[in-house]
Amino acid sequence: MNYCLYCHEAFYEPVSWRFITRLSEAMPFCDDCSSSFEAINGEFCGICGRSFTLFPEQYRQKHCCTDCIRWEEGKEWSGVLTKNRSLYVYNDFLKQIISMLKYRGDAELIQGFRAPFRKLYKQEFRGMLIVPVPLSVERHYERGFNQAQLLAELLGDEIIVPIERIIHEKKQSKKSRKERLDIKENIFQASKEAEKIKGKSVLLIDDVYTTGATIRQAAKVMLEAGALEVSSMTVGR
Amino acid sequence: MRFVSFFVDGKNRIAPEPLAPRHHHSISTSFYNLHNVDPPPLNEGYSFNTTLQAELAGKLLLLDELSLSLNEVHDHYDHGYIRYNKGIDNEQGKWKCNRCGNNEPRLFASFSCYRCKEMQCVYCRNCIMMGRVSQCTPLVSWIGPSLNWKDRNCESVWEGMLSSAQENASLRLEEKIGVKDELLIWAVCGAGKTEVLFQGIEKALKTGQRVCIATPRTDVVLELLPRLRKVFPGVTLSGLYGGSMDHMDGAQLILSTTHQLFRFRKAFDLIIVDEVDAFPFSYDKTLAYAVQQAQKAEALIVYLSATPDRKMKQRAEDGKLPSVKIPKRYHGFPLPVPHFLWCGHWKKKLKKNKLPGNVMNWINHQLERNRQGFLFVPSVRTLEQIVPLLKEMNPLIEGVHAEDPDRKEKVIRFRNGETPILVTTTILERGVTVPFTDVAVLGTEEEIFTESALVQIAGRAGRSKDDPAGEVLFYHYGKTTAMVQAKRHIEQMNREAGL
Ligand SMILES: [Zn+2]
Ligand SMILES: [Zn+2]
Ligand SMILES: [Zn+2]
Ligand SMILES: [Zn+2]
Repeated sequence: MNYCLYCHEAFYEPVSWRFITRLSEAMPFCDDCSSSFEAINGEFCGICGRSFTLFPEQYRQKHCCTDCIRWEEGKEWSGVLTKNRSLYVYNDFLKQIISMLKYRGDAELIQGFRAPFRKLYKQEFRGMLIVPVPLSVERHYERGFNQAQLLAELLGDEIIVPIERIIHEKKQSKKSRKERLDIKENIFQASKEAEKIKGKSVLLIDDVYTTGATIRQAAKVMLEAGALEVSSMTVGR
Repeated sequence: MRFVSFFVDGKNRIAPEPLAPRHHHSISTSFYNLHNVDPPPLNEGYSFNTTLQAELAGKLLLLDELSLSLNEVHDHYDHGYIRYNKGIDNEQGKWKCNRCGNNEPRLFASFSCYRCKEMQCVYCRNCIMMGRVSQCTPLVSWIGPSLNWKDRNCESVWEGMLSSAQENASLRLEEKIGVKDELLIWAVCGAGKTEVLFQGIEKALKTGQRVCIATPRTDVVLELLPRLRKVFPGVTLSGLYGGSMDHMDGAQLILSTTHQLFRFRKAFDLIIVDEVDAFPFSYDKTLAYAVQQAQKAEALIVYLSATPDRKMKQRAEDGKLPSVKIPKRYHGFPLPVPHFLWCGHWKKKLKKNKLPGNVMNWINHQLERNRQGFLFVPSVRTLEQIVPLLKEMNPLIEGVHAEDPDRKEKVIRFRNGETPILVTTTILERGVTVPFTDVAVLGTEEEIFTESALVQIAGRAGRSKDDPAGEVLFYHYGKTTAMVQAKRHIEQMNREAGL
């Protein structure tokens, strides 16, 4: 008998679980919760990794979503982010889990992403330098942990922190879309470890890719510090 | 967080790291690692902050839950008015949460903590919805002078009449006030159990006691709060439930969900536990712990129930638990006896976006003759499948479940008669009163519908003296023992009431 990591209901693991995952790990979420995740597979945006299923035609051009086209149009942001890949659609269920993790502080929920997150890393990004998106000191203290760092630790490879957050987090939702695209001051700056990324491919880790502004700002600082290219991997998109 | 420990006049003192006195060279460490956290003796000359007293007396809170700054709070420690307690303890190699009493190993986890810098800071997952308690989290308690409500007018202005059975129970309660004991008030649904409490509560309040009515459900808090405010207009009253904004701190009379009791410690002289048998109260042993922790050593504990569980019934029958029964519904009509109706493999039907025919007929029937109805379903998932189907029949039909953000409004709309059919999971089964209502249950065979839950659900029908003939229908895919026992239970109650 297992207990669901999220809803705490007792359940029996289907026999197929360990077979499919080829892992000795227990199934973290019950059937009901597991089926509420929408894995991103099939067609998705080649840059930001957004799923194209359930996505109206007019918001895409070939392999790119209109959001990404807008990012790529301007000189300032073009090519800053090589590609992002995410595990799941950021639906209401995932929103609940992420908010339980971040705002209630239930760090253990990270373990529920271990197997798929490692798998995606191996498939797409193996060998890159792992960099969790940092929190400001104030936010980090308030939360007690940085969820991006916990996610990065799941991957089992070395982690470096070549950037630091200098501007306090505001609620993204409170900013207008234009404000988000029209960034004046970068919220990150290079840290003492920035030397280590010179000439290297870097993989940024975060919990969700929402507008892409945070990740692109972090990527830009690292490119300026000499990184060869920057990609990112998140749980939600 | 991290604390420092140092000596003042040969006595051990502690302080949160940011407030560490500069001249003492002491190493910061997780609060958990401190050996002696005792505060200095009470300084009677200190003019303490009465806001802090009101919000903290009788409670156990996180520093984040206090409105004062860390500096102001810690000053009260230095003068012996508060104590820092460990949030997580280790008892014989097992973790224990001092807020919720959880000691189930699988409900603890740890993380590398930026606050205390420990690689593994253990925290409790059981009560995380109330703010994380980890090893380095101190829980603050008040050890200064206690609150008093001497100048308050505690008079009850209730003018209703009690039936003889109610009167009897009311007197039993009144004579127990001030005695360290327990009392079970065993009242059938609709017996009018709330009114039975007023005289006893009044007596307790008048003698300066702090009183709590604890119920498992938010809906009951919401319904009872305005009633109590009317009955005791002079009393400081506070209603607590998950997400409530009411911070009438230091209130004498508290109406709370059982979960919110986790924040109280040795606070109450009288605790009335409503629906003592209800899920999740009987289910979750940590909630029983909450009641135990919230009471003072000399407290009277009153259990209110329509369906006490076997253990409690046994204790009452053996005379170990003082008890009083109110068998008759206040309008003197029998409880509706449920009808069993087979509805086939309804889950399969739902997958094809169809409802069983006889359930459809019932809905149509209700709509045609303009009678409101509750449709109970076993899970939120079923609810989400069914509501869109019913909305096609009548767009005013609504569904509501525990986590529904619009729950309050939906219940009010139903109570106002605007919603013809309210589809719901078991959350509304208790306490919410709406006259002229029929009740149907879909999937009565599901485990969640226990005997006690079904008796309560049946009690939702016909709750007005103008409408004693409410109908109760159990649609099922295979009769269960719980269903049969629930029916027997209701018939038994009707017999006992001489109906
Ligand atoms: Zn689950
Ligand atoms: Zn895109
Ligand atoms: Zn706890
Ligand atoms: Zn800690």
